[in-house]
Amino acid sequence: MEYIIIGFLWLSILLYLVLGGADFGAGIIELFTSKRHRYRTRSTAYHAIGPIWEANHMWLIIAVVILFVGFPVIYSTMSVYLHIPLVAMLLGITARGTAFVFRNYDAVIDNMQRVYNRIFLLSSFITPLFLGMIAGGVIAGKINLETNDFLSAYVWPWFNWFSLTIGLFTVALCGFLASVYLIGEAPPGDDRNSFIRKAKQWNVIAVFCGALVFIASIVESVPLMQWIFGNPVGATAVIAASISLLALWLLISKGKTVVPRILAGFQASMILLAVSYAHFPNFVILSNGQHLSLFEHQAPAATMTALAWALIIGSLFILPSLFYLYYSFQKDRHKGSFVEH
Amino acid sequence: MDNFLAARSQMALSLGFHIIYACIGMVMPFFMAVAHYRWLKTKDIAHKNIAKAWSKGVAIFFATGAVSGTMLSFELGLLWPNFMKHAGPIFGMPFSLEGTAFFIEAIALGFFLYGWERLNPYFHWFTGVVVGVSGLASGILVVAANSWMNSPAGFDYVNGQYLNIDPMKAMFNEAWLSEALHMTIAAFASTGFAVAGVHALMIVRKQNVHFHQQAFKIAAGFAAVAALLQPLAGDIAAKSVAKRQPAKLAAMEAYFHTKPYSPLVLGGIPNEKTKEVNYGLEIPGLLSFLVYDDFKTPVKGLDQIPIENQPPVAITHYSFQVMVGLGMFMMLISILYLIAIWFKKHWIYSNWLLKLFIIAVPTGFIAVEAGWMVTEIGRQPWIIQGVMRTADAVTPMPGIAWSFYLFTGIYISLSIVVVFLLYRQILMVPKLYDKPQDDLTLSQA
Repeated sequence: MEYIIIGFLWLSILLYLVLGGADFGAGIIELFTSKRHRYRTRSTAYHAIGPIWEANHMWLIIAVVILFVGFPVIYSTMSVYLHIPLVAMLLGITARGTAFVFRNYDAVIDNMQRVYNRIFLLSSFITPLFLGMIAGGVIAGKINLETNDFLSAYVWPWFNWFSLTIGLFTVALCGFLASVYLIGEAPPGDDRNSFIRKAKQWNVIAVFCGALVFIASIVESVPLMQWIFGNPVGATAVIAASISLLALWLLISKGKTVVPRILAGFQASMILLAVSYAHFPNFVILSNGQHLSLFEHQAPAATMTALAWALIIGSLFILPSLFYLYYSFQKDRHKGSFVEH
Repeated sequence: MDNFLAARSQMALSLGFHIIYACIGMVMPFFMAVAHYRWLKTKDIAHKNIAKAWSKGVAIFFATGAVSGTMLSFELGLLWPNFMKHAGPIFGMPFSLEGTAFFIEAIALGFFLYGWERLNPYFHWFTGVVVGVSGLASGILVVAANSWMNSPAGFDYVNGQYLNIDPMKAMFNEAWLSEALHMTIAAFASTGFAVAGVHALMIVRKQNVHFHQQAFKIAAGFAAVAALLQPLAGDIAAKSVAKRQPAKLAAMEAYFHTKPYSPLVLGGIPNEKTKEVNYGLEIPGLLSFLVYDDFKTPVKGLDQIPIENQPPVAITHYSFQVMVGLGMFMMLISILYLIAIWFKKHWIYSNWLLKLFIIAVPTGFIAVEAGWMVTEIGRQPWIIQGVMRTADAVTPMPGIAWSFYLFTGIYISLSIVVVFLLYRQILMVPKLYDKPQDDLTLSQA
């Protein structure tokens, strides 16, 4: 049963990274687009994410619920020692979600739009930054359960070069995912070409940030190299991701839209696989070299069984309707009209 | 501000706001579905416009409810890690099901909001109903989790260990049904009165009268039925509290000294030092009657509960009085409204009845907040009744006061923006929906 649950946990983190990430990325690329082109970037992005953005963010809730029901010690340890970045991320989620809806449902279009937009763009950047820092904090090995010092207990676990670079890498990854996704959403011509350019730019930035993560891991003495290249799965995943990256460049240059999306999602999943496989079943790495393992810290068997069934039955409801939602609006988009809200 | 007090304040604040967003978000879809159905049946464009106008409210409240709910799922751990460490596996079942319900709600809302003129009309209508049903299911599941804190079940507590966990038993604990019933009806009554009152105001101001009259009738209908059922649900809930949490009941009633023919105290100022209630109106025997259906059997008073296990009396009592008083007021309006519908048709849009509804706009939500304070403060000093104290659950991280100030700022500004947006929506009704042909061009755009 625990394997089913861990599978769902991994999948929901991945889906949040890819779908939620593309969603954050739409805001990030708009933030970094020159004022002149912003409006068009925005309208493409809005049409693409409007109907589905709520659903994309549900994966975070699923992951959190799995953690607190199935792995309560891990959840409570993270809540205590990563309190500050979690609050920052929550503020980002709140600001972003509400600003997005307010932007679309304000009956009067006036200067308030600029306020909503500013908030939306900034929080699109801040939220994945802190998400990445939290992820970095979980594996950086700086969570110290024994100390009473405020900084070592509550700040240094997540505020270090390693976590910070992972945060930046996450932001770049979101920008990359979004621009690849939006290529197919933009009408062929200038708009589409601008997204192709963006996809390439963000890809370069992501690779650069990835390199920074490796440098930071050496500075902070996190054995990242060993995790990823020390086992065949991690090494294969990274190599597969690199090869698919070449294919992706080739295909987007040719103006293909669907396969690049799959490839970009594949790359994100390979990165997640490479990082999570190395220390599986350990989830949180502590400063004294100890780990919080998913196996050792799982909830009692009765809870795990019930949770697994809840997830299986839930996904039978969720996945088909989610696919139908994506399908309906994809199909519809090709028919044209997409106004009114 | 002390850390424990800050954590409690932050939790109270977050839930206090979330409960309003959630109530509206789970009830309005039903109003919307009724209006939508009437449009499909009668082809009266006003009903379509009402459904559309309400769906914007639903979207706003769903989003604020969703983000404040996301915050809460983290705050449980951020503020009460020790509670979650032990309670998570026991009472997590409703949360994992709620995840599904909430997800389906989000998907259905995506269909509904963006499905006008695109989906088959009846499938479109159906997605709106799914939004309501899954929203309601989420609400009931979350209340089931809360009821477990009041009525822990599904585990054995031996020497500080939580053994023999049974998540299903925990979910279907003794309190879940009475709490869920009371809360669901409260959501319908409070949202119904708030919405009906706003439309009543517009009718009194003679703006878009047909539109607002139709909207008013739908909301007022739901509100009236709910407000009439609520005393019944409240009675069931109170009897259940008396059985499970005598300390909470005694605090609600400010009932210090156990005696036969236990009195019900109306109003009054409880003095926790002298154990007296000043200026209250005592009705002998009524409390016994409400709890045991006879006037004589003594109800357990606060004097039979160790002082360290007693909740704060005064605030619990005041909150309870406010809730019951407002509930009675809403029931009265509901009776008048039903008389108007069945016997005195000319009352329906008479100014005095509409004005009563306008006064009642906030009453439902004040009652919801008061009732929620009764159940949460009345449970103190326990976070899990009789098992874990709230003070033992709080996070070791210092400086929660700062987090509390931050969240206060966020929630207040969020609420200001929501009210501002709704105000602008209502303001725009004449422009958006006045002439049917305008609407036609809008929907074709």
